[in-house]
Amino acid sequence: MNRFAELLDRLAYEPGRNNKLRLITSYFREVPDPDRGYALAALTGALSFKHAKPGLIRDLIAARTDPVLFALSYDYVGDLSETVALMWPRSFLKQPPTPEPSPPLAALAEGGEKQTTGETPLPPRSRRGGVGGGGTTATTASTVNLPSQRTSTQAASSGHNNPPPPTLTEVVITLRTLGKTELPGQLARWLDELDETGRWALLKLVTGAMRIGISARLAKTAAAALGNKDPHDVELIWPGLTPPYVDLFAWLEGRGDKPVNRDPAPFRPVMLAHAIETTDFANLDAADYIAEWKWDGIRVQAVSGRDENDNATARLYSRTGEDISKSFPDLLPSLRLQDSSDVTLDVSRKPLRTFRHQAFAIDGELLVLRDGRVQSFNVLQQRLNRKAVTPKLMKDFPIHLRVYDLLSDDDGDLRELPFAERRTRLEAFIAQLDDPRIDLSPTIPFDDWETITAARADPASAGAGDDADAVEGVMLKRRDAVYLPGRPKGQWWKWKRDPHIIDAVLMYAQRGHGKRSSFYSDYTFGVWTNGESGEQLVPVGKAYFGFTDEELIQIDRFVRRNTTEKFGPVRHVVHEANQGLVLEVAFEGLQRSTRHKSGVAMRFPRINRLRWDKPPREADRLETLELMLKAEGGMPSP
Amino acid sequence: MRPQDILMPAATGLCCKPGGFHIDPVRPVERALITHGHSDHARPGHGAVLATQETLDMMRLRYGDNFARSTQAISYGETVSLGEVSATFHPAGHVLGSAQIAVTHGGTRIIASGDYKDASDPTCAPFEVVPCDVFITEATFGLPVFRHGNAADEVAKLLASVALFPERAHLVGAYSLGKAQRVIALIREAGYDAPIYLHGAMEKITHYYQSRGVKLGDLRPVKGMKKADLAGTITLAPPSATSDIWTRRFPDPVTAFASGWMRVRARARQRGVELPLVISDHADWDGLIATINATGAGEIWVTHGEEEALVHWCTTKGLAARPLALVGYGDEEEAALTDDEGGSE
Repeated sequence: MNRFAELLDRLAYEPGRNNKLRLITSYFREVPDPDRGYALAALTGALSFKHAKPGLIRDLIAARTDPVLFALSYDYVGDLSETVALMWPRSFLKQPPTPEPSPPLAALAEGGEKQTTGETPLPPRSRRGGVGGGGTTATTASTVNLPSQRTSTQAASSGHNNPPPPTLTEVVITLRTLGKTELPGQLARWLDELDETGRWALLKLVTGAMRIGISARLAKTAAAALGNKDPHDVELIWPGLTPPYVDLFAWLEGRGDKPVNRDPAPFRPVMLAHAIETTDFANLDAADYIAEWKWDGIRVQAVSGRDENDNATARLYSRTGEDISKSFPDLLPSLRLQDSSDVTLDVSRKPLRTFRHQAFAIDGELLVLRDGRVQSFNVLQQRLNRKAVTPKLMKDFPIHLRVYDLLSDDDGDLRELPFAERRTRLEAFIAQLDDPRIDLSPTIPFDDWETITAARADPASAGAGDDADAVEGVMLKRRDAVYLPGRPKGQWWKWKRDPHIIDAVLMYAQRGHGKRSSFYSDYTFGVWTNGESGEQLVPVGKAYFGFTDEELIQIDRFVRRNTTEKFGPVRHVVHEANQGLVLEVAFEGLQRSTRHKSGVAMRFPRINRLRWDKPPREADRLETLELMLKAEGGMPSP
Repeated sequence: MRPQDILMPAATGLCCKPGGFHIDPVRPVERALITHGHSDHARPGHGAVLATQETLDMMRLRYGDNFARSTQAISYGETVSLGEVSATFHPAGHVLGSAQIAVTHGGTRIIASGDYKDASDPTCAPFEVVPCDVFITEATFGLPVFRHGNAADEVAKLLASVALFPERAHLVGAYSLGKAQRVIALIREAGYDAPIYLHGAMEKITHYYQSRGVKLGDLRPVKGMKKADLAGTITLAPPSATSDIWTRRFPDPVTAFASGWMRVRARARQRGVELPLVISDHADWDGLIATINATGAGEIWVTHGEEEALVHWCTTKGLAARPLALVGYGDEEEAALTDDEGGSE
């Protein structure tokens, strides 16, 4: 557990992706099965047990510490798990022996001052052993290389009176089987046995609040790196694996065969597009490409299959392979395979589908459709990250799948086929499926780049009709492109419509992390509004990318030279009507927000250009954003 | 005479009227007794200064030869009579030359301990417990969440990281007086004998440590080094420099920070630290209470830091305790941090 805790601790501070990978891979290399497998499970969110409530943790600490000291500590640290981890009393230490009662000096009385040099000082902190400390009265300060006092403590702390700290495996197995009433006692025993970092990690694990910025994908990539395997290979077999992944590690280390994915409805790593630049078109032949609308929804993969017992399974995955089926129960029936034997005999009802497919995997966009019209991303957002999917929610926000690729069907894996061929199969497949919740994303007919440029500029007249508002741009896919995981060059292009753009004024700057830790690279910007004290800037967003390295250096220099105040890591940068830096900010959409003082929140804001030429007073106003918001039909954020 | 008549807090610092001197005064005074060389305790401009030879040397290095009108060096264990009182200096274990000052009047002894730690430190004399009636303690880490563990383990963490990332530079933020030299000595104790690089602001004080016989191995200025040659190396720098433009000369640096504050994650994250090293030159919570117990003092005065918690603890143990509410002292690392660009060359 302590080794795992050390890993979590280090990961929590490491901003760089590659460095995180190195840390995780080196952990997998050092730590044996099954501990490393459970660590992989913890990092990928594959562990499930009933989590301990914060109240339980509070009770445990309340029974062991002074309430005033706990309150002061909690107030200082700000995080319950961390406070408890840090102030949990050390159980193994016997109370330090009371120092020899020293006679009050009053008893030594007169002449004492002449004798002070002869006093025998007590050794420092008696429980740390009696090394050093004594007889130092005449020592000069050049004394060096004293034996370490702390070392003796370490020996004591790992001494015989203490059981060894639990392994991660013990913790996971025990938590799975433990009854509710036994949890507090067990937790207390572990907390006694672990060190500060170990206690912190344990509490994060049992309260289910890891939050260390590691995606499941990153953890799997780190595992793949252990055996120099392609992360996609791990991704492909992943759904068939269970903790502690002994088979997986055996394969990665070359000691065993590749585990077979027995999952009837596995995820397939998705293919992504590059953003196209206008200069790219010169080298591209329109005849090689098929164009589709780029929908402003959620990329998903819908998979259906049968297990060994012939039971049908359907799953919906996010683009990262996360199983999100539970959030969309209203879509699942459309994905579930039906046997002809299930066809109802009730002739008054439309017969259920009798198509013969045994398995399929389709790639598409999740949208909300009302009366056949695609709703904005803001509307779709109401369906995301919901704990409870209520009938009302499903009725008010009817979910829909618009598909654009077929990755497998009864003939097996289709990913090696050219896109044009997959598209033909997809069209037949969707026609046969004939489900109102699933339709085909249409292609945009074009012969030359001018046509597609016009379509992008005005989707409504180019076939998108009333759904044009939900069009984010166009996708260009090579007819001969096979389906490759990741972002292969030159196969798929995305050509977004021009984003929303405003001119805002830089207000605050904060240092970045990792490579950028010496740069002020996180910017809060604002627009003008008429406030209580007349014209003033109100913050509307924060951006930390979009600029070039050269621009970063320029902004950084501007921030350092124009700081008016510092609040910890944040610099207040001059922003007056005639003094300050105007940033052209691009963003994808707007939402009402109760969290922001301005009442609006931007989606995907980034710095588009630096407007050194523009005085701040000419920057945009909040009213402009309000108008955009109305045009977007933005909904209040949940 | 009551203890508070012997030593009393004043705007200038801790004042001893019957002895006619101040301890660590924050404003210029006629006669000053200085516990150690950190800038919040040792300030220039006093008339006469009494301190250990090391503390006087450090003040001279920092402020120049005329930092006081006159100086007098005192050894550990040595006593001087000042007015109606006598003062004795004892090791405080904080940094090289740091002292606790025992002020005795009649039958009453008060210890002004300055900053201290009871953990081992290869670069200075260990803390000495001196029995007293009143113990004046700092409270920099006066909360039970601060327990600092073994400094050698933290250094092991640093060396493991250097081994794991041989193509990156490791940049260790450490206060230039005391912490930096202790970290270097600990790195050497751990068996690392490659050259260690120094930020320009650290060179003078570190060489002073070496001149006092503290073994720190092969130290080199980082200035003038090629970026690529700094891969796999360790450089010590003042905390403020580790997030400064200065860091751009290092290949993909890992930013470490050696401080007791690193015990609390939010503090480390706020500083953008990637590798927090919990190494403190102040007593941690356990150290504070063990020391208070060991002195046998019946009355505890608490100065700079988290006074409230420590005073509360004393009260629950039946000890008379009060906060001294002295201003002008803080953790020197924190003081260095507010001076954002201060560490750059």
